[in-house]
Amino acid sequence: MTLGIQVRNVSMQYSDEVKALDDVSFDLQGGKIYGLLGRNGAGKSSLMAVMAAFRKPTSGEVLVNGQPVWENPAVTREICLIREAADTVEHSEPVEAALDFAAYMRPNWDMDYARQLLERFEVSERTKINALSRGKRAALWVILGLASRAPITMFDEPYIGMDAPSRYIFYDEILNDFMAHPRTIIVSTHLIEEVARLFEEVVIIDRGRLVLQEDTDTLRARGVAVTGRVEAVDQVVNGMPILNTRQLGPTKSVVIYGDLDPERRSLARSAGLELGPVPLQDLFVHLTGVREDAE
Amino acid sequence: MTTFDDRSPIYRQIAEQIKADVLSGALQEGDQVMSTNQYAAFYRINPATAAKAFQELVDEGILYRRRGVGMFVSEGAREALRAERRARFYPEVFEPMVAEAKVLGIPIEELIERLRALVEEDER
Repeated sequence: MTLGIQVRNVSMQYSDEVKALDDVSFDLQGGKIYGLLGRNGAGKSSLMAVMAAFRKPTSGEVLVNGQPVWENPAVTREICLIREAADTVEHSEPVEAALDFAAYMRPNWDMDYARQLLERFEVSERTKINALSRGKRAALWVILGLASRAPITMFDEPYIGMDAPSRYIFYDEILNDFMAHPRTIIVSTHLIEEVARLFEEVVIIDRGRLVLQEDTDTLRARGVAVTGRVEAVDQVVNGMPILNTRQLGPTKSVVIYGDLDPERRSLARSAGLELGPVPLQDLFVHLTGVREDAE
Repeated sequence: MTTFDDRSPIYRQIAEQIKADVLSGALQEGDQVMSTNQYAAFYRINPATAAKAFQELVDEGILYRRRGVGMFVSEGAREALRAERRARFYPEVFEPMVAEAKVLGIPIEELIERLRALVEEDER
């Protein structure tokens, strides 16, 4: 059985001025890989900390299959949150002590898998944690998350400090282990292009608020680049949300957000305009409010 | 390894690739197709995405599912795909080519001549 998560009207206020989360609500079904996307400071880490019951929200609550997570060990045992300030043994201890601690804490811990991962990421069990390079330390946190096999596993920007080959090992392991042991996995990131294809669904937050929750492929299909003669392009995109405009002589290319209705489509076709796809990262940039002219 | 461009839905690109393999004969009718999980691992994509590609092909009758065994290429899939491509050939390939020739000022007679030469070369 996989565990789903319900986030109910969660707000988090750190001080009078700073509202990290503002009435966020969404449901995640169990057994999927989710991407939690947001710019730096959007509230990703606060949200994950609340979902893992590391922090109590100022208001609202998080439920796992109907049970509140806050001060509920039966539920929190099933949740593993991996973040840079990792919750493990003293960093003066060797790597193997971190594995032993995880084995003690995590009901589904798989020590063989953890050792296999150490080998893949080339991390030695005997090395002290504080003697590991930044990238190897990030690999260790990732290993603690993967081998926990927790029904809900969350990674908060796990790749920071990892080089590209290590990141790809991480992506491969997430996928393969997810297929072998289906569970709910949530990865927060602002590096979208590299990981987006792992996500079945994405949740986008901005300035503490939920922007959208969407099937990744559906979101990808949301953007359209319309290219052709200036007047024809202007006519087709008139009144639609525009992400980006470029012009070269008599040719204009406009990126819009949303579906072109059949009328606009046929107008585009008869005017010989080209309709093309848009990278997910561009859609994300639009949805989280950074416009070209604001940079 | 094939990399997908990250813009159009990946499942559609996978579906197109499988169709291309059926058309070229790389996948024969009755052949088993790799599993959703094998596709997902190979292309580093979410298995649900790969499953969508298969569903699309099942809906189109290109693949069929045998419970507990896997996915197979349907009888007649190749011919169906060829018919579909043939229907698209004139509007999508031929007519744009003629339009391009016009823009470039290439006379139609020259096109016909070239076409004949190509076919004769092919027959030799």
